[in-house]
Amino acid sequence: MSSAVAHDGPAVPANASRRVPVGRWLLNGVAGLTLGFILLPLVLVTWLAFFRQEIPSFPPEGYSLQWFGAVLNNKSFVSGFILSFQVGVAATLLGLALAVPASLAIARRRFAGRSFASTLLLMPLIVPGVVLGASIYVFQIETEIATGLPMLGTTTGLIAAHALIVIPWAARLVTASLAGFDPTIEEAAKNLGAPPWTTFRRVTLPAIRPGLVAGALFGFVTSFGNLEMSLFLVGAGRTTLPIAILQYLEWKIDPTVAAVSVMQIALIGVAMIVTDRYVKIAQVV
Amino acid sequence: MARLELIDLSKHYGDQVAVVGVTLDVADGEFLVLLGPSGCGKTTTLRMIAGLVEPSGGSARIGGTDCTHLPPWRRNTGMVFQSYALFPHMTVAENVAFGLEMRKLAKPEIEARTKEALRLVRLEGYAARLPRQLSGGQQQRVALARALAIRPDVLLLDEPLSNLDAKLREEVRIEIRELQRQLGLTTVMVTHDQEEALTVADRLVVMAEGEIRQIGSQRDLYERPADRFVAGFVGRSTFLDGRVTTPGEFETAGGLRLKCAAGAAGAAALLLRPERLHLGGENLDNRLPGRVEFVSYLGAVLELHVRLSPADRVLVQLPNRGEGAPAVGDDVEIGWHRDAGMVFAQQRN
Repeated sequence: MSSAVAHDGPAVPANASRRVPVGRWLLNGVAGLTLGFILLPLVLVTWLAFFRQEIPSFPPEGYSLQWFGAVLNNKSFVSGFILSFQVGVAATLLGLALAVPASLAIARRRFAGRSFASTLLLMPLIVPGVVLGASIYVFQIETEIATGLPMLGTTTGLIAAHALIVIPWAARLVTASLAGFDPTIEEAAKNLGAPPWTTFRRVTLPAIRPGLVAGALFGFVTSFGNLEMSLFLVGAGRTTLPIAILQYLEWKIDPTVAAVSVMQIALIGVAMIVTDRYVKIAQVV
Repeated sequence: MARLELIDLSKHYGDQVAVVGVTLDVADGEFLVLLGPSGCGKTTTLRMIAGLVEPSGGSARIGGTDCTHLPPWRRNTGMVFQSYALFPHMTVAENVAFGLEMRKLAKPEIEARTKEALRLVRLEGYAARLPRQLSGGQQQRVALARALAIRPDVLLLDEPLSNLDAKLREEVRIEIRELQRQLGLTTVMVTHDQEEALTVADRLVVMAEGEIRQIGSQRDLYERPADRFVAGFVGRSTFLDGRVTTPGEFETAGGLRLKCAAGAAGAAALLLRPERLHLGGENLDNRLPGRVEFVSYLGAVLELHVRLSPADRVLVQLPNRGEGAPAVGDDVEIGWHRDAGMVFAQQRN
């Protein structure tokens, strides 16, 4: 998510227009290099997943699909996938439920501390995952002591923590789609007889749908891939997929890990392509 | 359709005054226009009628029922917004049907009334289009159809024509007026365009600084403006500053002595409508020499800016009769009847 290197036009001097080919080659070259830089790990991991030999080395001795089978036979990968998926979906829904009203308030109302609130919503993006995980760990222990409610190691506790890292994405993207939204269409709905909740459901929500869908997608991906924060919060014997991968890597380095990564990349890729068919994500991101 | 009454309606934002003491009685089926410069409180007044702005004081009654503090969705007003405010994700038909769905009508009736509303604005063939696939004029008509479909007690139009080009504006305003007559709709329109206001209104309300300055017919406002602001806002005019020496005598700041309609002695302004001034002054009460300083050629008419004294310049409108029109630099004689000059004592504006 963080490898966005802008290459939409380096500053070309005005007199370069007569030497167009040079400028264009330079631009294409830089763009190509950047794209290659982003894609290289993906390509290598995907290639590795099909290697036949157990110890990754170049050149490959041959190709095989056995590692994909190994993933499906590995209990901790399967249960890790299921937990990550459940937590991702629940955290995304919770994060949206919190971020949407917050974005609406920030976009529409003028109140004291408005810009502070807007910064606060993006904070979880800036705080390192390890710090976030450690502080939530302490917080959950203290809460357990104070209230006697089970927190640490529960799925609920994990979902609550993941909602925190979904919120910045949801808030940012919903706010972006609200920027081009004409509030008088809500007034028009009310004028035609729609009470506030109906107005929100029938008029506001459909208008911010691209931001909502994109926010949900990015939020889910962030949650699904999160390792550092989750390390502190999972219960014994209940791991998320990234943790299962890490634990596997402590003992083995065979291409099973590459295979599970490819499956994860494919899943997210498909989700993006499918989403993009219904909402043009590029409109809001 | 219903009578609309506003009684001493006002709106403050903090210590900022938006509307003060607006009292209006709009008869059933009447077309009332609120006219005034931007920021005069006309739109706030309209939004209070719709319930989109809560009044700070006074009351509003629609069809005899007090609705001062009723939320917008419980009133039966149909509003056409300046930006049209169409729902971008709904088709034309869905936009028009929205208000009917909110009224929980049966599906066949919703369909029938949607069709009827689209027929009224001549958009039958566009039901399945999305708003962004329509031109500005068509979008405006969808907004109108949407407001008409709910059969509102009061139709509210907020600068409905300001986003259309000049030619279309003229057509649409006549269409709106005809529809309003045909349906007998009580209508309040807000505009800053006086020509638009004069074309469609049964009665006009001129507002400035949150207050009503004058209520009356087109003729009332033009021939008998209540104050200098109304006189300046409605129609074209020249004001000569000076004072009334004795009733019927006016002396301009530039020292010209003119005959005028009565008026109390003291500092005042003399209003002259450009079409009431004539070239050549035979048999007229005022006859003055002047020099043409500027000529606007407007097709059917010519407008001359004529200098009468170092401090006094007047605007004269002449029908375009072809050859022989004065040119810049020509010496001319200007004349007008004393009743053509209206005197406003110098107070506000």
